[in-house]
Amino acid sequence: MRQRVRPFTGRQTGLPYAELVGEKMTVQKNTPLLQTQNLTKRFGSVQALSGVDFNLYPGEVHAVLGENGAGKSTLIKLITGVYRRDAGEILLEGKPIDPQSPHEAQALGISTVYQEINLVPTMSVAENIFLGRQPRRFGFIDMRAANARARALLKTYHLDIDVTRTLSTFSIAVQQIVAIARGVDMSAKILILDEPTASLDAQEVQMLFTVIRALKARGIGILLITHFLDQVYQISDRITVLRNGERVGEHLTAELPKMKLITLMLGRELLSETESSGAERAAVGDAGGAFLRTEGIARRGMLQPIDLSVARGEIVGLAGLLGSGRTETAQLIFGVARSDAGSVQVKGRKVAIGSPRQAVQHGFGMCPEDRKVEGIIADLSVRENIILAMQAKRGWLRALPARKQEEIAQQMIAALHIVTPDSSKPAGELSGGNQQKVILARWLASQPEFLILDEPTRGIDVGAHAEIIHIIKNLCAQGMALLVISSELAEVVDYSHRVVVLRDRQKLTELTGEDISEDNIMRAIAEQ
Amino acid sequence: MRSRAFPLIATFVVFVALYLIGYQRFPAFGTTRVIANFLTDKSFLGIAAVGMTFVIIAGGIDLSVGSVVAFTGVFCALAIGRLGMHPLVAFAVILLIGAAFGAIMGAVIHFYKIPAFIVTLAGMFLARGGAFVLSQESLPIEHSFYELIGDLYYVFPDRGRLTFVAVLFVVVLVVGIVIAHFTRFGRNIYAMGGSRESAANAALLLGVPIGRTTIMVYTLSAVLATLSGIVYSLYTSSGYPRAAVGLELDAIAAVVTGGTLLTGGVGFVAGTFVGVMIQGVIQTYINFDGTLNSWWTKIVIGLLLFLFIIIQKVLTSYRGTFTFRLIPGLSRRAAESKTSASPP
Repeated sequence: MRQRVRPFTGRQTGLPYAELVGEKMTVQKNTPLLQTQNLTKRFGSVQALSGVDFNLYPGEVHAVLGENGAGKSTLIKLITGVYRRDAGEILLEGKPIDPQSPHEAQALGISTVYQEINLVPTMSVAENIFLGRQPRRFGFIDMRAANARARALLKTYHLDIDVTRTLSTFSIAVQQIVAIARGVDMSAKILILDEPTASLDAQEVQMLFTVIRALKARGIGILLITHFLDQVYQISDRITVLRNGERVGEHLTAELPKMKLITLMLGRELLSETESSGAERAAVGDAGGAFLRTEGIARRGMLQPIDLSVARGEIVGLAGLLGSGRTETAQLIFGVARSDAGSVQVKGRKVAIGSPRQAVQHGFGMCPEDRKVEGIIADLSVRENIILAMQAKRGWLRALPARKQEEIAQQMIAALHIVTPDSSKPAGELSGGNQQKVILARWLASQPEFLILDEPTRGIDVGAHAEIIHIIKNLCAQGMALLVISSELAEVVDYSHRVVVLRDRQKLTELTGEDISEDNIMRAIAEQ
Repeated sequence: MRSRAFPLIATFVVFVALYLIGYQRFPAFGTTRVIANFLTDKSFLGIAAVGMTFVIIAGGIDLSVGSVVAFTGVFCALAIGRLGMHPLVAFAVILLIGAAFGAIMGAVIHFYKIPAFIVTLAGMFLARGGAFVLSQESLPIEHSFYELIGDLYYVFPDRGRLTFVAVLFVVVLVVGIVIAHFTRFGRNIYAMGGSRESAANAALLLGVPIGRTTIMVYTLSAVLATLSGIVYSLYTSSGYPRAAVGLELDAIAAVVTGGTLLTGGVGFVAGTFVGVMIQGVIQTYINFDGTLNSWWTKIVIGLLLFLFIIIQKVLTSYRGTFTFRLIPGLSRRAAESKTSASPP
């Protein structure tokens, strides 16, 4: 396929010349390997990416950072041909490209290694490297040559392994390097690494970084997506921050202090004086006795040991960036994942919680992060969705009479102002805010003593947002113990009596009373 | 030595054990007459099972095999007996029909994303129904070519006969092994089956042409089922619409006992051969014994199948740690290449 060569000049991009020059002066002078201009993508009513410019130069590691929904994965899926763009241009070495599939992008020289490794686990290492392009002799695959070449190739990555062994018998780090080796061997100019370190331990991360540095030295442009800020500072040369589908900044890593990075990611400026928090922070906590107390609960590869306590009538906020371990904490407490260390006390008694079912028996409730996937059962009616947890708690043999079900559903619809014509409407047809209320109603109907809310206000409109916060405060006033996870710092500061700050899957600090402010939370996250 | 080969070794051990049990009780097991008979008696099952092996490695299943065998037999009997076609012409025509039949099933499975189980179940009813529409009863085939083929055999010194169909079975087997391990089509089948459960469909991202490979796999299976039907008609010199009922299930049993994982991605055509031979040994033993009901064959096959599926389950759930425990010598090297996960 021949492509029209178009030299890159300021006039053609439509940018004012001065601005372009200003921009170019802060970065290297050579032409970018990959460039996106005004890249835009909508999904239904959601603007996933709007007008994003992105530049990747040869021999650099460029980290793309942002919170959930910032548009990172949309950006790489547009570049690799998984999605089609609505507007904008993608230029590879100055030439416009339009890949229709990941396969086509690969042929152009853009390789991607995903977190869930895209190799065939049941085949040997060598076969994975050469699948679809095996060396052949007389029309038949020459496995001996493939093995020898795979061995030689992996040697250049300092990986001396038995290439005839099944891929799945190797650690994730080795599999990742095999995937990288395959991609680069197929003539990669650009390597996209999507959360490569998410399931690696510290030693494996360094092993991967050695490989990344070697590839960098060969002039390959590397686009890195990761949650781990420390690793960004360790390996990347440049950072692009996305927020709500827009580019909020492109900086050289060396010139971007961590604090500034966090404020960019969260979209908040630091205020010089301490913000007044507004919330009345009554001295709650130990007076009423902790409802829940965890001591060092942890799970390898998921969460470092964490101590946490929540009292009746208290809201504990969990703050931290995406991937800091907030959801993981909630999952360990609620028994979605089993902790492999530490202990949990409920009302001062030591208990073992190995499943959500047991958690419910102890009076817990949890509204999960992704209500579409984990919470709402879209095809069931509003009433059925509300009854679910309550029925589970009663046991399936003691079915609730239909009249009683309707009564509870009506109560909840009224109490939480759920906007629905009647209780038999499928829950999936409600708006986001109302779906969230239905999940809340589900747990409230089971009368929990302790409720975990994971991102209760994500993706709902402003009005519903205020209502949900109001409900949270009311529940607390009624004596419920609440653990709330939110990316909205203002919100966390508003309702929390205590804020636990997490980073890189461990607890950093706990803020109480007057110390609770957006500034202090961000400072805690940025602290070395 | 790789953990993937373990089920194959297990199957081979079982085969040798069963054979030795037979040999110890009936010394005739050691003669070429018995051994050559294994091949001849199981040739049509074996040919169909080779096709089934590819389908199962690709992560699918083909239930239409037995019906296709019956349809082929009836079609050949009619084409030769009523239409006066030369058997070779009839074979060519039915092989084309079989290929088209398989290609259509493969296309439906791929393009409409319908489970192979359902599509080939429909294929099974279609082919069986078609056989009955052509003829309600058994049709004898009388043709000089059939007699010629019947007389074509090699005689061993101790009067064992290596028949034409037995040789055909071995040829299909060898071609199957070559396709599976030495062609890109073969490796693509493994890749497709092995990544079916992965989140991002790795095979697709790695550039495996999923659609083409799916269609070709079911075409291959149907062609081999048709060939198996031709062998069946040569073997019985007749076409019978009720023939080979449940043959596909025997074939699946042979494939699974031969070490192919039902989840796809792992398997050996050679293993299927051993699986077929195990069925032959059991059947011969029961025939020789004379006092046992022949249905005991099914019971023993059932038990073996059960055993092998449990072995597979254990193997797949310990995948990864397995190799190290199986081969002590390898464990040190493996531990070095596997960076140790240090607890924080």
